[in-house]
Amino acid sequence: MSALLEIEGLRVTIGSTAAVRGASLTVNKGETHCLVGESGCGKSITALSVMGLLPKGSRRETTALRFAGQEIGRFGERDMSRLRGDRMAMIFQEPMTSLNPAYTVGSQMTEVLRRHRGTPRAQAVDRAAELLARVGITAPGLRLGQFPHQLSGGLRQRVMIAMALMCDPELLIADEPTTALDVTVQAQILRLLAGLQKDLGLGILLITHDLGIVARVADRVSVMYAGEVVESAPTAALFTAPDHPYTRGLLSCVPVPGKVKRDEPLGSIPGVVPRIQPGFAGCGFRDRCAMATPACAGTIPRRDAGGGHEVLCVLEPRWGGAAAA
Amino acid sequence: MSGTAAIEVRGLKREFRVRQGLFAPPKRVIAVDDVSFAVPAGSVLGVVGESGCGKSTLARLILGLLPPTAGDVLVDGQRLSGMDRRARARLIQPVFQDPFASLNPKRRVRDIVAMPLIAQGNIAGADVDRRVAEALERVGLSKDQGVRFPAQLSGGQRQRVAIARALVLRPRIVVCDEPTSALDVSVQAQILNLLAELRRDLGLTYLFISHNLAVVEHIASEVAVMYLGRIVERAESETLFATPRHPYTKALLASVLTPEPGLGVPDVGLGDAMPDPANIPPGCRFHPRCPVAVAKCSVAAPPTLRDAVGLAECHLVERAA
Ligand SMILES: Nc1ncnc2c1ncn2[C@@H]1O[C@H](COP(=O)(O)OP(=O)(O)OP(=O)(O)O)[C@@H](O)[C@H]1O
Ligand SMILES: Nc1ncnc2c1ncn2[C@@H]1O[C@H](COP(=O)(O)OP(=O)(O)O)[C@@H](O)[C@H]1O
Ligand code: SF4
Ligand code: SF4
Ligand SMILES: [Mg+2]
Ligand SMILES: [Mg+2]
Repeated sequence: MSALLEIEGLRVTIGSTAAVRGASLTVNKGETHCLVGESGCGKSITALSVMGLLPKGSRRETTALRFAGQEIGRFGERDMSRLRGDRMAMIFQEPMTSLNPAYTVGSQMTEVLRRHRGTPRAQAVDRAAELLARVGITAPGLRLGQFPHQLSGGLRQRVMIAMALMCDPELLIADEPTTALDVTVQAQILRLLAGLQKDLGLGILLITHDLGIVARVADRVSVMYAGEVVESAPTAALFTAPDHPYTRGLLSCVPVPGKVKRDEPLGSIPGVVPRIQPGFAGCGFRDRCAMATPACAGTIPRRDAGGGHEVLCVLEPRWGGAAAA
Repeated sequence: MSGTAAIEVRGLKREFRVRQGLFAPPKRVIAVDDVSFAVPAGSVLGVVGESGCGKSTLARLILGLLPPTAGDVLVDGQRLSGMDRRARARLIQPVFQDPFASLNPKRRVRDIVAMPLIAQGNIAGADVDRRVAEALERVGLSKDQGVRFPAQLSGGQRQRVAIARALVLRPRIVVCDEPTSALDVSVQAQILNLLAELRRDLGLTYLFISHNLAVVEHIASEVAVMYLGRIVERAESETLFATPRHPYTKALLASVLTPEPGLGVPDVGLGDAMPDPANIPPGCRFHPRCPVAVAKCSVAAPPTLRDAVGLAECHLVERAA
């Protein structure tokens, strides 16, 4: 499988916050890679780094940042804006951040195609209608003439997805695309993304804090904590043999119908996600980790548990790797 | 039913008038539509349903924060309307979703928790201090955290403050409206564990509202499913999760994505017609989205079936033997 997006050694500092601290991950063609973690751990900043959309005052460093084999880490704003919305597209949790309330759905959707491709209007309208139908919107003609506020949350998110697909992107970055939606609509949107990926061969980087979503849609998972990817594995391996103490803790916190009896406590992790200052060294989880030792304040090795399963922790991987060989 | 129900509502209804445009005539939004149920003391009734189905309106009606258009709320056997505000506060208390919005940012934690005691008007200063300290300890906050302001606390700690404030008058009943929805899962687990422990130790009754079905399954002994202002199914938690009867409940449960790899995302078959409380469909209000609707569903409202299992409103559900 060939790599579509390769992030190596990404560091982002925003003011006095070390938002991302040496994160690496690869999204392959036709694959869904989920980036999961609790709020503030650096998921969105990682995504915005790739798109060249970091907030003002951010500093970004990378060892490598490649898109379809091309190094884009030193691209200027002009080259990046040519890529954005064309070969790579992004959708956000709150569709109103990217939909302009003053323009109709139709004019916003066609604008993307006209800007990047110079497509004539009538042809762009056809394409927009076709994509709205593709994302499960009945009566696309009616929707094209409507303004974003006239649509329900679920419809808006579908419009966002359709808009992101106007130029046939190779990479779609979706940042919590269903977090604001009801579970029923969430299931519909996730099915839609999975279907599109299969049909169009998209690479998807899906950001979520929901391990249920990860289990159901990801090919590969990276767990992020305090700006680092602490564990990365093929989906089945992550859920059947989670290794990092944070991943294990996180999985034990999630209520699953039929798993934990009522009146028996859920697993929980004491404390909260820290905000990390630049210059912080050692494992970002050590305040909350039951396994912490003095070594956890030093340099933490990235250990190979075998089968593409990597863990950032001083402890030896408990599963796979050496044991399986 | 033996003994007095902690909460009982009878024919409860609440309408709002909303204008959808400057010149449009006001429309009636029926947020809660003729709802009746009882919550036995010491149990937890979970309420689930999609956004806008009326969960928070129901909570506010039961708390007496909103007058009903019709119907009655009885708390601990007493009519809520006509009850003195202070007496009501000693009986039933809320915990809301967003602790930040519900805590006064200019007051210290211990003063926030003391408010309900002071509002009673007859509790001595020393007693107030003692009971505040007790409540803070109960929810796992330190003395030091008691002198901080809400902005100096994490989301989970703020929710603990809201819980301490709800408990300081030692109420019998707590209405929790999405108490963990704004929290990270690791913190959500801490708060759910705390709420479960408090209920056991203090013998509390909860009305627990959440759009997260897994959370409700974990904490509630009985579950009510709301759709466009009505309770369309109610049953013991185990029964409802194992053998849902109403097509809407089935769709809701099918949408829950448990962390089990390989299962994929199910097709819930609801289509894209979204429910709108300003335009409640005739017949069964779920029929435009119902995957198993039959001809009469669009013309005749289903009867309310009450049987040994619980309650269901669907033409296709048969009385349990
Ligand atoms: N003060 C109000 N004025 C007008 N309409 C209202 C008011 N409060 C609620 N509504 C309407 O009543 C309906 C039910 O709202 P409610 O807040 O009870 O829903 P909910 O189930 O709590 O939804 P959510 O899951 O989004 O919190 C909605 O259509 C809402 O817009
Ligand atoms: N615009 C910003 N200005 C300053 N700090 C920010 C900004 N956006 C994010 N951060 C900080 O960067 C860190 C990572 O944030 P983010 O990537 O948004 O987390 P996530 O998406 O995982 O919830 C957090 O500590 C957050 O407070
Ligand atoms: S490095 Fe240490 S503190 Fe960090 S997760 Fe591993 S054992 Fe825990
Ligand atoms: S009454 Fe008809 S439309 Fe309503 S839930 Fe039952 S089958 Fe579906
Ligand atoms: Mg984010
Ligand atoms: Mg609500």
